[in-house]
Amino acid sequence: MLAQFGYGVLVVSFMVAIYSGITAVYGAAPSAKSAALVESARRAMLLTFPLISLSAAVLIYLLINNHFEVAFVYEVTSRSMPTYLKITAWWGGQAGSLVFWSWLLAVFTSAVTLRKWDRDIEFLPWVIVVSAVTLIFFLGMSVFFENPFARFWLVDGNVQPGMFAPAANATLFTPQDGQGLNPLLRHPGMVIHPPLLYLGFVSFVIPYAFAMAALITGRTDDRWIRITRRWSLWAWLFLSFGLVLGGRWAYDVLGWGGYWGWDPVEIAAFMPWLTGTAFLHSVMIQEKRGLLKHWNMILVILTYALVIFGTFLTRSGVLSSVHAFANSPIGPFFMGYVTLTLVVSVALVIWRWPILRSETEMKSMLSREALFLLNNLLFMSILVVCFWGVIFPLISELFTGQKVTVGPPFYERATAPLFSALLFLMAIAPFSAWGHSTMQTLGRAIWKSAAAALVVTVTLFLTYTQNIGALVGFFLVALALFATFHEFWRGARARQKAQNENFFTALSRLMGRNRRRYGGYIIHISIAFMAIGILGIEIFQKETQGTLTQGEQLNIADYTIEYRELASWDSPGEGVNYTRAILDVYENGIYLGQLNPRIDYYFDSQQNMTIPGLRSTLRDDLYILLVDWQPVSNMGATFKIYVNPLVNWLWIGNLLFLFGIIFAAWPDQDPAEEPARRSVARSNKQTSAAD
Amino acid sequence: MTETIPQKRGVPLWVQIIIWLFIVGLLALVGVILSKRQQGTVQPGAAIPDFTLPLFSGYEYEGRSEVKLSDFQGKLVVLNFWASWCKPCEQEAAELEAAWKFYEPGGEVIFLGIDYVDTEPEGRAYLKKFGITYSNGPDMGTKISQMFRIRGVPETYFIDQYGVLYYVKVGPFLSVDEIKSIIAQKLP
Amino acid sequence: MNAIAKQLYCPVCESTPLDVCPTEACRQWRELIRTQLSQGMSETEIKQYFVDNYGARVLAEPPRTGLNWLVYILPPVIILAGAFFLFRSFREWTKPKVASAGSGAERTEASSPDKDDYVTRLEEELKKRK
Repeated sequence: MLAQFGYGVLVVSFMVAIYSGITAVYGAAPSAKSAALVESARRAMLLTFPLISLSAAVLIYLLINNHFEVAFVYEVTSRSMPTYLKITAWWGGQAGSLVFWSWLLAVFTSAVTLRKWDRDIEFLPWVIVVSAVTLIFFLGMSVFFENPFARFWLVDGNVQPGMFAPAANATLFTPQDGQGLNPLLRHPGMVIHPPLLYLGFVSFVIPYAFAMAALITGRTDDRWIRITRRWSLWAWLFLSFGLVLGGRWAYDVLGWGGYWGWDPVEIAAFMPWLTGTAFLHSVMIQEKRGLLKHWNMILVILTYALVIFGTFLTRSGVLSSVHAFANSPIGPFFMGYVTLTLVVSVALVIWRWPILRSETEMKSMLSREALFLLNNLLFMSILVVCFWGVIFPLISELFTGQKVTVGPPFYERATAPLFSALLFLMAIAPFSAWGHSTMQTLGRAIWKSAAAALVVTVTLFLTYTQNIGALVGFFLVALALFATFHEFWRGARARQKAQNENFFTALSRLMGRNRRRYGGYIIHISIAFMAIGILGIEIFQKETQGTLTQGEQLNIADYTIEYRELASWDSPGEGVNYTRAILDVYENGIYLGQLNPRIDYYFDSQQNMTIPGLRSTLRDDLYILLVDWQPVSNMGATFKIYVNPLVNWLWIGNLLFLFGIIFAAWPDQDPAEEPARRSVARSNKQTSAAD
Repeated sequence: MTETIPQKRGVPLWVQIIIWLFIVGLLALVGVILSKRQQGTVQPGAAIPDFTLPLFSGYEYEGRSEVKLSDFQGKLVVLNFWASWCKPCEQEAAELEAAWKFYEPGGEVIFLGIDYVDTEPEGRAYLKKFGITYSNGPDMGTKISQMFRIRGVPETYFIDQYGVLYYVKVGPFLSVDEIKSIIAQKLP
Repeated sequence: MNAIAKQLYCPVCESTPLDVCPTEACRQWRELIRTQLSQGMSETEIKQYFVDNYGARVLAEPPRTGLNWLVYILPPVIILAGAFFLFRSFREWTKPKVASAGSGAERTEASSPDKDDYVTRLEEELKKRK
């Protein structure tokens, strides 16, 4: 009964979304221009949130209470799972995660329709239309193809899933126990990684909706970009957070000693991040200099298109990977939506191209806006590499019938110089000025940092490594770090002098008053930290593998590992068998402690999960995997051991990164002041034009 | 970086054409791949193009170390994809061998085993373990399995006397009779 | 052994390098590499063996033949084209400096290049905010 109710509510919200979209179009049509219709559309949009929430609540209730007659519940939960995992199983499978996606979309569209619209009321109907179309599409997938409420029916001895009784004599079938969630998805990182990623994806709908609204209405002044900017920053925060957690999750449970595998699905999530990052940079040029309106529009649209396209590739089964969902019937329907999005967006941009013109001109090749453009070029280049790497295997398969893999070596070789160039730009760009700078001014500003970085590099050359690639990398990292710290120092000193404050008050006030700039610099520092970690693992990673008998030792780098014992036991309450090895770890002969790599075997899903034994310091990580063991004698066991130097800097960088974004995105104390002053004049002009 | 001269000017026609061609090409590519993914294995009724299968030594066909599908014109061919790492394959191995023994004297039916991405020593150990005697060979470069678009192993394809596929079995056979009944459809 | 396995991909599971793939089949392939190494086969020979047996997709990168050249050539070409386009646009923007000086002047700070531009800018901002 409950399942039908949940499905019914889903269908109703689907129809409400359709109503909202159609009404908004009519309300905005030049012939009607009906504020009442638009208001009706807005309310309908608001209604979708409680409706989808209700449907989701029903689904969660079914998940928690072991309603295994529902196919989705059967696929992702089992009796032995704790309640919190049963709830998170909501997004553990295709059908549930689509509902989750729709729900997030409803959250965002409700939030955006609730904002104050007085200054830009002409955008409202079109923002509703774009949101509604997206919602219609995602709900449509749930309603028609991937229904999470479909139940098992027993017809003539065969079990088949379906929403309603497929035949008169069909009876409901309830399996004894569910299959259980894939153990890989039970890691805390995985519990929150997908929702954050979805959150990032979904929140890019809003900037896109405003971009579309600006194109359709033809109101292409700065207004839409001001609204969009903060939304994009939050969207970017969620997406970054999701990517970071994904990396940590891979490091902790996938058991390959790495955090990023250039897997097509990872890249699909990375591509919108690239364009989003490019947008966050180039949007500053539009704000400060009124340049690049075309380009910002393209970036917003591209970001959203990549979100949709990436999701399509991974969910429809076109690409296959560890993350991919199994073959699914949503393919053609999803394809239709991708086509619609691409064609409408591109057509609108081409149509409105002439009215999106720049207000000023570029002055110098070394001006900050020019460097920002270079930054954009680099991000776009990485995007080209990624996009091509994902698409090429499809081309090859189609034209030669030969399946090929485009793997890490390709991406690493192609993107390493691009990332290095970005690091370099990151170091020098803050010193350049809007409008104009010369080689001379730039050189004068940067030489101290460059000299300091050179000293660091020479020290590293003498003490740590002679690897050219690593040295270049460390030089760039040091340059970026020194330059950015120098920026903080310069700013604080300037304010100190001007305001007669002490240095730290000056620094904190400076940062507080210029959140976006200094948040950005914090992010830059964090990127440099991450680069240290990446250099460490890419260039200095050591690995070895060995089968040890009890008491036997193995050396790697400065570490000595001694195999003590191994135990294997069942934990019936959790439905897991644990096999855990005990290893003593010494560094240069000094006893450090024990590590316990283990393998968890989940009975319900019949899958293994390899949990590394990890000892983490700022200098390096010792990462030990239990590969194999002899169950009878318990005598020998095979271990795979990695030493990942400096990788902790990656995680430190990640934390700082998130802090930086939150710092930048946090609403100002007096948020209305500055934008209001500028836009009053404009909106006056606008309203008089509209009247 | 598409900012051009700041005058009211549209997108040049050639740029528009390139953009649309790119979009159409991309969508067409993805669309074709998608339909390929959804179509599943080669369907009954399809004429099977010729292919060459090298054979393991000890599992040759009449002394030949390589056979072509076209060699068996006029005979019914049972093509079984398997691998030594595949557990379900083991369930049907004995049944397949029994069916082969049943048809071998008549000479009207050929059984071919295709070892899908496997190592030769492991493959041989598997063949030995189940006492398989019909011809077997590795799927070099996964060419044959890609041609049949197999979804996994085991899968078995029944090709009639005219080289036309007439039955596909996905998953293991449950009994010898099941194999026999499928073969009997096309035997006079 | 792991060094070679790392450069190869599991032929049955998607997008998993062979050295870390947990399945039974991959264990066998790693064993095979070990045997081949002990027989004195070189890295290229082993890789070639894998390509012959399991197809080109076991390689972490497409082999550099025929159509596959596209994978290596296209990105640099597009990037260079982008760089060229950007450079040309720069030239276009910076050239008519005299003609368009009026339109941009209101936003440009009136500071001489000798003075520290940054400090001026910052002070201006601070003044505005106070």
